[in-house]
Amino acid sequence: MHKSVGLALLLLLWASGAGAMTIERVTSPGGIEAWLIEDHTLPVVSIRFAFPGGAALDPPGKGGLAAMTMSLLDEGAGPYDTAAFKTRLEDLAVDVRFTAGRDEIGGSLRSLKANLSEAAGLLRAALTSPRFEPAAIERVRGEFVASLSQQAHSPHALSDRLWMRDAFEDHPYGENVNGTQTSVSAITREDLVGFAGQRLRRAGLVIGAVGDVNADDLAALIDQVFGGLPAGGGEPPVAETKPAENGGVLITRRPVPQSAVTFGQIGPKRDDPDWYAARLVNDVLGGGGFRGRLMQEIRVKRGLAYGVSTDLVSFRHAGVILGSVATENARVAQSIALIRAEWRRMRDEGPSEAELDLAKDFLVGSFPLTLDTSARVASALVEIQLENLGIDYLDRRAALFGAVTLDQAKRVAHTLLDPDRLSFAVVGDPADLTPTRIVPDPGL
Amino acid sequence: MLVAVACVALALLAAPASAQRFGAESFTLGNGMQVVVVPNHRVPAVVQMVWYKIGAADDPLGKSGIAHFLEHLMFKGTAANPPGAFTSSIARNGGRDNAFTTQDYTAYHETIARDRLDLVMRLEADRMTGLVLDDKVVLPERDVVLEERRMRIDNEPASLLAEQLRATLFLHHPYRNPTIGWVNEIRLLGTEDALASYRKWYAPNNAILVIAGDVDSAEVGPLAERYFGPIPPQSLPARVRVEEPPHYAAARLEMKSARAAQPQWNRSYLAPSYRAGEAAQAYPLQVLAEILGGGAGSRLYMTLVLDRGLALSAGAHYSPSTIDLAIFGLNATPKPGVSVADLEAAIDGELRRLVRDGVDPDELRRAKERMQAASVYARDSLSGPPNIIGAALSIGQRLDEVEAWPDRIGAVTAPEVDNAARSILVERNSATGVLLPEPTS
Repeated sequence: MHKSVGLALLLLLWASGAGAMTIERVTSPGGIEAWLIEDHTLPVVSIRFAFPGGAALDPPGKGGLAAMTMSLLDEGAGPYDTAAFKTRLEDLAVDVRFTAGRDEIGGSLRSLKANLSEAAGLLRAALTSPRFEPAAIERVRGEFVASLSQQAHSPHALSDRLWMRDAFEDHPYGENVNGTQTSVSAITREDLVGFAGQRLRRAGLVIGAVGDVNADDLAALIDQVFGGLPAGGGEPPVAETKPAENGGVLITRRPVPQSAVTFGQIGPKRDDPDWYAARLVNDVLGGGGFRGRLMQEIRVKRGLAYGVSTDLVSFRHAGVILGSVATENARVAQSIALIRAEWRRMRDEGPSEAELDLAKDFLVGSFPLTLDTSARVASALVEIQLENLGIDYLDRRAALFGAVTLDQAKRVAHTLLDPDRLSFAVVGDPADLTPTRIVPDPGL
Repeated sequence: MLVAVACVALALLAAPASAQRFGAESFTLGNGMQVVVVPNHRVPAVVQMVWYKIGAADDPLGKSGIAHFLEHLMFKGTAANPPGAFTSSIARNGGRDNAFTTQDYTAYHETIARDRLDLVMRLEADRMTGLVLDDKVVLPERDVVLEERRMRIDNEPASLLAEQLRATLFLHHPYRNPTIGWVNEIRLLGTEDALASYRKWYAPNNAILVIAGDVDSAEVGPLAERYFGPIPPQSLPARVRVEEPPHYAAARLEMKSARAAQPQWNRSYLAPSYRAGEAAQAYPLQVLAEILGGGAGSRLYMTLVLDRGLALSAGAHYSPSTIDLAIFGLNATPKPGVSVADLEAAIDGELRRLVRDGVDPDELRRAKERMQAASVYARDSLSGPPNIIGAALSIGQRLDEVEAWPDRIGAVTAPEVDNAARSILVERNSATGVLLPEPTS
């Protein structure tokens, strides 16, 4: 087995009594790479992994295929039917999860060290020999339909759906990751088997591992889990795109006391050199806690909402700055007007030096504190690989934010934010709000 | 199968989880404030939590929601730290802060780099006595609470039904009131109500300080003395809560809503807690909840979801961490085409089987092992242990009871589970709620 210590990063945040920890780049005998942070303080191991290509590749009319396939992987595999597989995981106190996003599919494993080898065997079975039994397919389909129906009754799920569909009308990003009740009903067993065979491949696979396992044992383990997957990959390309920005207000009427609002416009992609400046501007404008200007204007000064925030959402092929708020129907128009006004003020004036400094201090200082569980650290290792940020990213992160100047932040605010192109999707029964369009239920 | 089982047992024996689960240390300041330190040296960070022994169940009659409202208002500033200064000085130092209220306690917490611990201690100590409120900050915040209520409850039919069900399960005890308050009463809460509650309950001798992270008690002790030590204790009123009377009839609520996506079924039973009723049953009942509805291997899931295909989901929940009676709850969502009545009959069948035949030794052992493994996982987090410890101490448990939890679970026997099941699964002590979708006209 070949193992190289990648840049011997001093991970100060994971400093044990025995000394600072490093991210190791572990390559298995079978040629699969994983990043590892060893930590022997608890007999626990967390592993995260991701394959390139997610729900954006769902075939037309089969929305939800990626998500449904991933949901079925732990519903029976190898020699185990659903009940046996789930019981086995429970008896070993092993947590195995599979997920689907727009651009990736993936999963996680958490196990006590003593059960790690058996846990790996179960994960291998789920990835390489899922059974896709008809009864399990129908049950999981039923869960999807029920959950979609639930979302179709949830104002916020609907306003998100409405905004995304309008912004990405001709792109798969406009589709719901879990599909619609109609599309998941059209998915066949052949679709699921085909998806697993085509998408669960070694090319592009990224892995992060944290906890009570050394590099040699991890190398053997990743071969055990992933070595049986076909080599190659080459998922079909997804088109680069930008959200439509019409500055509109869409309304779907629902008899609820409080309107849910999703709003946003084009944002930077993660590899945009201005991403760090944009992330800081976003924090000044729509940061959580009580830092953001929106939170001050809408919650603290006027009591218009419990929360309001914005985020940079970076898809692989598009960037969005996306926010949400919820205000009683009678006053939601006021919230929307305030958001547009703050959008304009930030575009015109940018952040102040004090605001920018606060955002830097917060984003730099708070990040390590979020990495307090082995699972969160393993997720960070996977994210860093997916975004190609480099194995030394955690070392460089503070400097990348620190280097953003006030002038740069003002320039980015000015080019990024456009109050006249900021679009809103509203679900509820808002008063005194003139829609550019009343749209029918977006359907889920 | 046998080989695997042996492996699990070995793993658990090897886990250093037994007598000292968290290795917490405790001492008390001269003014009566209890301090607990939970060392965790994996990350150079600390979590500070200040727990006040005052919750929604202590809200005066007609003032429901005041404990929670006061929690919001505690961020409105003091003479030393004007509005906004608290959170921004924490953020400037890379920290995060928040708070929450339950029926029995109100907790404030901050996560920050270990070398900034003195900052958050100074800030928490300052607002223990220095809060400044006026209508200008209080009234907009009341609107915030109303928006929070709309978001969490009024916009969600299932939450509305759960709220009504709780008010039906508790005939008289204040746990019948929602923590956030009834909407008509929130609207009337004012500055004086908040200040009255603050003056009455916010004192060092009614608070518990829990510090977890890369520190030890030798370091925390002097800091706690310096910041919290000078705050004088005050005489505390008794927490008077009416007792729940005997129940003679099961309650049943049915709510139809056009905003409900699908039928849902819930049932709550009155149950003992660590502090009320047959408290010795608190451990067997946790094991019972795991066996009956803890996960995909549980009886309800296996039978209703996998074997009989009657439900999309089914589970059980029980938390004994309350001062007064607890709730043992069951929930299920019927599969489309299955009537709630058929689902309920199947659940009742499972309950009858349990009460009649008891649990079998193998499922008991497996449930206990899962729970003990969860206790190891609980240590894989900075904020998990101080939350568990603070909640326990706030309701009057001792630290050694918290530390011994895995052993106490391990000692639970099948007859104890069976007896506990028989004593709580009693129809007259239950309230059943059914949510039904109503077609839009």
